[in-house]
Amino acid sequence: MNGNLLEIQDLRVLYEVRGAKAPAVDGVDLSLGAGDAVGLAGESGCGKSTLALACLGLLPRNATVEGSMKFEGAEVVGAKPGRLRALRWAGISMVFQGAMNAFNPVKRVGDQVVEAILLHEDVSKKEASGRMRELFEHSGIAPRRAEDYPYEFSGGMRQRVMIAMALACNPPLVIADEPTTALDVMIQAQILNLLAQLREERNIALLIITHDLSVLAQVADRVAVMYAGRIVEEGSAAELLTTPRHPYSRSLVGAFPVIGDPASRGVPTGLPGDPPDPAARPPGCAFHPRCPSAFEPCDRIDPSLKRYGPRLAACHLVDREAEV
Amino acid sequence: MNAGAARSGRAVRRARRVKALRSSAGLFSRNKMGMAGLAILVVFILMAVFADVLAPEARLSVTNAPGAPLEPPSARFWLGTDELGRSVLDLVIQGSQISLLVGFLATAISMLIGALVGVTAGYFGGWVDVILMRFTDWFLVIPFLPLAIVLAAILGQSLLVIALVIGIVTWPGTARVVRAQVLTLKERPYVERARALGAGKRQIIGRHILPNVFPLIFANTILVVAVAILTEATLSFLGLGDPFSVSWGSILESAFAEGAISLGAWWYLIPPGLCIVLVVLGFTMCGYAFDEILDPRLRKR
Repeated sequence: MNGNLLEIQDLRVLYEVRGAKAPAVDGVDLSLGAGDAVGLAGESGCGKSTLALACLGLLPRNATVEGSMKFEGAEVVGAKPGRLRALRWAGISMVFQGAMNAFNPVKRVGDQVVEAILLHEDVSKKEASGRMRELFEHSGIAPRRAEDYPYEFSGGMRQRVMIAMALACNPPLVIADEPTTALDVMIQAQILNLLAQLREERNIALLIITHDLSVLAQVADRVAVMYAGRIVEEGSAAELLTTPRHPYSRSLVGAFPVIGDPASRGVPTGLPGDPPDPAARPPGCAFHPRCPSAFEPCDRIDPSLKRYGPRLAACHLVDREAEV
Repeated sequence: MNAGAARSGRAVRRARRVKALRSSAGLFSRNKMGMAGLAILVVFILMAVFADVLAPEARLSVTNAPGAPLEPPSARFWLGTDELGRSVLDLVIQGSQISLLVGFLATAISMLIGALVGVTAGYFGGWVDVILMRFTDWFLVIPFLPLAIVLAAILGQSLLVIALVIGIVTWPGTARVVRAQVLTLKERPYVERARALGAGKRQIIGRHILPNVFPLIFANTILVVAVAILTEATLSFLGLGDPFSVSWGSILESAFAEGAISLGAWWYLIPPGLCIVLVVLGFTMCGYAFDEILDPRLRKR
């Protein structure tokens, strides 16, 4: 449980935009143990995907990474390109957002999965293709469909192939970036079940990135909520999703109707405004301009992430409530 | 039962693919311009392939010519004879071989350089792109014919050199088009995915970029062939071709040198010229037809 698979410490990712450096990820600590399922939640533009890309060293050229990220004890930040390439997919693989576009349209899907295996393992093409068929079977795709082209698949099937591909090299960690976006609810549930089932069978750690909290309720053990490049609250999925403490997490949770609670159905509460521009972070708590319960020190003092029992939160309000 | 289902599934998919291919072929066959162009090309390609049967080289002997000099068209010599008494029809048939061969060879060279420069510049970007594109611009603005003449004069006169010269002067257009396409392709999510797989540059370019620019290169090829054939004729007409082989350009050159115009020997001048026009027209019409098929926005509704 005590995470040694992936140890992220004070990670910063700065994008250089028109001469200025904008921190998209601004000091994140996160750790994952083997077999853990951690969810990373937050709205668009809060740094979730940047964090995921940083794990694979896939950030665009105008990004610089600071801090430390250790995978299986070895530093990833600043690693040589050769080591990074070896780490990709064999160590950490990824289920991409919008599987529609993550396939080369002119290659058979089976060959694209085989490509992943051949890149990392010294096996014959035949062995690789045998493994690919097995993976297809596990992911609920008829192996004979390996000979089809991406356009011949539906969105849900393509996402299944994407998952099969993510598992191709038996990585200890799979990052799923919005794995169910653009899928209908039925297919979403199937894909999430598949992820959960594969995780159990193969003891894979999952890092699920999403803005859809219902996804996390289904597969994650632990949830971290991100806002403006920082983690503002972290805790077990069951607790955080039922009793969020940080006002931002509350707004996220409040944006969903609770099934079985008719009162909440009519009024999913929204949160007006947008997350701040990383280049122009508000003083004090980054969330205070949108916070419904901001009070005196919020616009001056930036709250740090503190531990409250099993939970972590960065908020003056949580602090005050804890003192009382 | 299961195997039967699998087979039928595969059969269904194969049928679907054959149908897709047929529908492209169908689009082409319904395109009148494309079909006319293709018909012209088929005639000329057959002519070139069977040139040695239709017009055996023995009949082109300078010392042992079958007819009298500059005979007008007759039942024996359908297109008359040249100044040495050789049948112009035989010359034109033999010439088709060289003209087409040089055209295709030059196009292959041009495509190779164009694709290489375009993909490299587009994929690597940065200073590689800047340098390669300035280099391309440089070739693009140099007056094309003088450069070809100078190169042909320096490198000597043989088929290969002529093809090389034409290749060198026609690649910049292809390089530009390919670069533009690669710029959009390299930002596609599947290229990012390939990078996440741990794929290196060679793998990404070879397996993900090239297959996707191929249709573009193919459509461009057809149009470049026309230019290459025209250039070959030009260079040969200027006396820069291979002196030991007959091409349409070299026939025109000797007709001009022998004063076919002032002698009124139209049969010597018009056939090779007409052949050049027809072949270039054929390739251009096919090229436009392919363009329409590859880019549905150009299709007539």
